[in-house]
Amino acid sequence: MLTMTSFATLPLAASPAEVPVVDPAVAEGPFALMWLLIAIPLAGSVILLLGGRATDRWGHLLGTLASVASFALGVVLFVEMLGLGEEERSQGMRLYDWIAAGGFTVGFDLLLDPLSVLFVLLITGVGSLIHVYSIGYMSHDPRRRRFFAYLNLFVAAMLMLVLAGDYLGLFLGWEGVGLASYLLIGFWQHKPSAAAAAKKAFVINRVGDMGLSLAIMLMFVTFGTSSFAGVSAVSGEASETVMTVIGILLLVGACGKSAQVPLQAWLLDAMEGPTPVSALIHAATMVTAGVYLVVRSNFVFENAPVAQTTVVVVACVTLIWGAVIGCARDDIKKVLAGSTMSQIGYMMLAAGLGTAGYAYAIFHLITHGFFKANMFLGAGSVMHGMDDEVDMRRYGALRRAMPITFITFGLGYLAIIGFPFFSGFFSKDRIIETALLENPVAGVAAVIGAGVTAFYMTRLMIMTFFSAKRWKEETHPHESPAVMTGPLVVLATLSVLGGVLILGDWIKYWLAPVVGEAEEHSTPVPPIVFSIGITVVVAIGVALAVVLVGRREVPSTAPTDVSFATRAARADLYGDAINEAVVVGPGRRLVSGVVTTDRTLVDGAVENGALALGGISGRLRRLQNGFVRSYAASVLLGVLVVVGLLLVVALA
Amino acid sequence: MLSAILFAIGAAGVMIRRNAIVVFMCVELMLNASNLALVSFARQNGNLEGQVAAFFVMVVAAAEVVVGLAIIMTIFRTRRSASVDDASLLKY
Repeated sequence: MLTMTSFATLPLAASPAEVPVVDPAVAEGPFALMWLLIAIPLAGSVILLLGGRATDRWGHLLGTLASVASFALGVVLFVEMLGLGEEERSQGMRLYDWIAAGGFTVGFDLLLDPLSVLFVLLITGVGSLIHVYSIGYMSHDPRRRRFFAYLNLFVAAMLMLVLAGDYLGLFLGWEGVGLASYLLIGFWQHKPSAAAAAKKAFVINRVGDMGLSLAIMLMFVTFGTSSFAGVSAVSGEASETVMTVIGILLLVGACGKSAQVPLQAWLLDAMEGPTPVSALIHAATMVTAGVYLVVRSNFVFENAPVAQTTVVVVACVTLIWGAVIGCARDDIKKVLAGSTMSQIGYMMLAAGLGTAGYAYAIFHLITHGFFKANMFLGAGSVMHGMDDEVDMRRYGALRRAMPITFITFGLGYLAIIGFPFFSGFFSKDRIIETALLENPVAGVAAVIGAGVTAFYMTRLMIMTFFSAKRWKEETHPHESPAVMTGPLVVLATLSVLGGVLILGDWIKYWLAPVVGEAEEHSTPVPPIVFSIGITVVVAIGVALAVVLVGRREVPSTAPTDVSFATRAARADLYGDAINEAVVVGPGRRLVSGVVTTDRTLVDGAVENGALALGGISGRLRRLQNGFVRSYAASVLLGVLVVVGLLLVVALA
Repeated sequence: MLSAILFAIGAAGVMIRRNAIVVFMCVELMLNASNLALVSFARQNGNLEGQVAAFFVMVVAAAEVVVGLAIIMTIFRTRRSASVDDASLLKY
């Protein structure tokens, strides 16, 4: 066990609070069923994929049912956990020995603790709503069954990720969600853009996975184990350098999955997938895996201040980057994707602030899961009514045509900009407040980000639901069926009420056994001042948007004579160009260099060697001339040589 | 000494004559020259191994004559020639 004394012997690892050790109790009773959480959606996916056309008629219902069943079990376990004492809430179980090689064993461990149970509820809860929504959204797609199989696969993999008690198990889920994401982004694979986007997401994610797998290998080398329990118990004893390297490698992994700069480029393209996928994977759950990884690895980051600072820097850059992209794009889903990047930047920022921020990172993650899923599904509903039009310049005045979508979307909008007493208000305020106290530079970036968020979300609202009609003539907007608006209503309610989690700092105390408890800061000014200040910044953002976008006529086509800043933001701040110049270009040159070397040097040596041998043997075979007497002569010659040599040896 | 001369004559015969029969006789000459050498060295050194070896050589030579003459006969029948240089088809 780590104690304060062991920290005292490590002056470099200055840690403000004790880092909790993961020490799960053996799961009993209902907790022994936690493997079912993963197994149910996995079974659903297997049945739907192997069942083939026979399951076409009821496949979507089975998929939804699997997700809902998993959610129900998650709720039961959550209620059970509420009844346990703080020390007993961490429940672990070993399904079987996964890898055994000599003295080295990795078990297939599951771990259900206050942190992962929140994720289980979010994933299965939002996941189930999105399953229901997809029944309506995908009703015209001939491959709906397969879509639900992939969704179930995704839910199972994501649950594996958050329930694993070992970094290797986490890696299994990590790759699983990567696969599911690939399959779902490229679901409409007949569109070349979708296929390319899926490939891009997969390749960029590989870079992140490389970081994560290297981190795991380094843990094996350093600690001889990769289980959360094992690593957290000894994490204070390793040198700070090792911890920093592990921390940065973990961050690389988190960057890939969570679309943080510099691995952010895939997220915007990932909007090629069906909208429920964007909502489920690229807003509510999968992209938060990076945040989960950082929070889960708090015992690593607490011992590596440099890595923590790196997390903060990456988060701040992403936060602004995503917000700027959101300001300029006209594609409604890409605006939301930029916003997702930005919001995940907030979460990473909180996670990088250490013990003080972890709980708020998770809090914002959950509220964001609600309101972003809500808005994505709302955007899907708008597209559904507008014949799959995604250009906001072609919307306008939709509040009359689709009132439910408008109201639910509006509630999500108020939540994301941080309108007082909506969920986003509480979660974002806490992050900004903590950031200002812990790291003023990051805090200022976060405040600016909040203002920009308010601006681009207001712009989106105005262009979509207010302003004049700019529809194409043949479109007749209509409200979506109840199976789609139902989830919207639920999610909108959650977006409004998500803030209750913070009442009495509940989430802070709930997560304290996992992430540790920060000492109370004495703030120079009462917290209400922060809230008012942030609200003022948000109000400025909204007002700017109303003045700049709302007061003018919105052109139906994007104006081309725009400033450099707008052009840069439309091109995703040249993220693709940077990738092209820094990675793809040199990579291509390197590969062509290697190919040339291979052709000339390696192939050259082999081929020319063979040619030379052929030439020599061609000459040598002339000796085989068929004349017996010449053979005899050579035999005689040979004998003479041998005899001569023998004589020389004998006489010498 | 005599065996060395005989061997040299035989070897030269193999080298320069074309007629297969003559070449064959020269081979026999070489074999017998070596026999002679074996026997005389055995006599000189007072052991029997050389003489035993000579017997073996004679047996092998007899077998060789049988096979060799048969081959020469066949070649002569098909090609109407006993020249070794004519039978030069088995080459590169």
